[in-house]
Amino acid sequence: MGASAGDKTLRNRALTIGSLIVFAAFLWWAEEGVDAYKVRIINLIAINAILGLSLNLIYGMAGMFSLGHAGFMAIGAYVSAILILSPDQKLAMWILDPIAPWLLDVQSPFLVSLIAAGAIAAVFGCIVSIPVLRLGGDYLGIATLGFSEIIRILITNFTPITNGPLGLKGIPPHASLLMSYGVLAVLLFCMVRLMNSNFGNVLRAVRDDEIAAKVMGIDTFKIRVLAFTLGCFGGGVGGALMGNLITTIDPKMFMITQTYSLLMIVVIGGLGSITGSVIGAVLVTTMLEWLRFVEDPITIGSLYIPGIPGMRMVIFSMLLIAVIIFRREGIMGMREFSWGWLLRDNARVNANDAK
Amino acid sequence: MLEIKDLSVWYGGINAVKGISLSIKRGEIVTLIGANGAGKSSAIRAVAGLVKPRGSIVYTDKDGKDIELVGKAPEAMVKLGIALSPEGRKILPHLTVEENLLLGAYTLDDRAVVAENLEHAYALFPRLKERRSQTGGTLSGGEQQMLAVARAMMSNPDLLMLDEPSLGLAPILVDEVFKRITDINKEGRTILLVEQNAFAALRIAHKAYVLEVGNITLEGTGHDLLNNDKVREAYLGG
Repeated sequence: MGASAGDKTLRNRALTIGSLIVFAAFLWWAEEGVDAYKVRIINLIAINAILGLSLNLIYGMAGMFSLGHAGFMAIGAYVSAILILSPDQKLAMWILDPIAPWLLDVQSPFLVSLIAAGAIAAVFGCIVSIPVLRLGGDYLGIATLGFSEIIRILITNFTPITNGPLGLKGIPPHASLLMSYGVLAVLLFCMVRLMNSNFGNVLRAVRDDEIAAKVMGIDTFKIRVLAFTLGCFGGGVGGALMGNLITTIDPKMFMITQTYSLLMIVVIGGLGSITGSVIGAVLVTTMLEWLRFVEDPITIGSLYIPGIPGMRMVIFSMLLIAVIIFRREGIMGMREFSWGWLLRDNARVNANDAK
Repeated sequence: MLEIKDLSVWYGGINAVKGISLSIKRGEIVTLIGANGAGKSSAIRAVAGLVKPRGSIVYTDKDGKDIELVGKAPEAMVKLGIALSPEGRKILPHLTVEENLLLGAYTLDDRAVVAENLEHAYALFPRLKERRSQTGGTLSGGEQQMLAVARAMMSNPDLLMLDEPSLGLAPILVDEVFKRITDINKEGRTILLVEQNAFAALRIAHKAYVLEVGNITLEGTGHDLLNNDKVREAYLGG
């Protein structure tokens, strides 16, 4: 051994790039090689990770309890969908009210629509955050929940722009596996850089001790607004990808339950941990699918139990309660994954094996 | 350097500071002593901008310009050269000693100046250099207090305000911290010290004010108050 610090960074970088290539190859294969249902779940994991990370930036890293993420997702999903639908599709779809004329001919490539989705969600987030961030704790949660519902109701009623309760159909399925995971990789890179920079420490200071932050000369309000806006950007991008994965969106998709499942990802993974949100996204997404069997009719011997829709949510709630009672900090706490941690761990296991 | 006139602080209907006036000259150590709830912390928090007071606080910066501080935000104070080491230390427990210190220099843009201030902070408190990569939460009470003072020094302040630096410290550590405060003063920095430990504070202070339920009841040099019968009886145990 006796590798210098420089060797280790080089080694870690090589490991990161290597595993990224292996993973990308897996995705490229999986797109064709596994059945459509599994592809969709793998895809959903990436999108949920993006949404979980963006909520974690707001709640875990900056300490602002927000229940409004579904609203910002909705903005992102609608912005992206309206931008990539063709004028012909729009003419055919808006049957309650004709589409607003200035929207009819607007069309952009998918990536542009993705950035626009994030940007417009961020603008809304910034505007909303200025009044509500004067509140703290639970009050902030209630206010953001309210805003999320307002956004949903506006979408339901602004028929010329959003096609109202009918939603939008036939969105081109741009969210391929490589696209979703590509966006996730960019987001992960930005988040890691952000949290390892001085700005990450500033965020932690604002979260942990407002007075300490203020006397060090930090404008805590400005930092909060900035973190909230960045989180909403991520929420908008995630919502846009979600729309492009499912290919239809309607206002009912973005109810409070959507925020709750994101909250579950963040809390189970660990508030303030980037790794935690990714693990949380994997667990929650796969569990929600896997647990579907409890909603099917079950026959045990001569006992027949009819299927109960919504049963998996009951089980999930119990799991969440168990996490809160037995492991409040979540799976990762505030820790992060690193190669050093992983390899040192293995070295210790090997040493034990040798005995 | 600091001229406080008719300063009062209200929390809702409660009047914590009832129109006090005091003045601090450049290069002095000035202390505010008094019992719990006398309004000492409220006064210093008003200067730091953490609470909005009534009255006037005029600060003369190093170029000789007079600036009214009432109504300014806390972050503006740091830029003017006023730093507060808050009551209860307020160390960030999850960050390392060095990260805590670097946040203290948040308002400075020049990396070279930050590095210089960091070296200076370590020179003042060598113990912190040994502990630089430990998280704040794992430090002892005395080390945390040193970190709180060092962090306030990171913005290179002209006026350093300390709120109860002896709180919860063993007597030997109180001596250590107060020795450092004297050292910082000898660098030419003005110090406003709020203390319950009247004996320790009066020994190093050039000027002292006694605060009782929101009013200044006595003022004088540190030496005079140490020998004042009323002070001895009320704060120094006879």
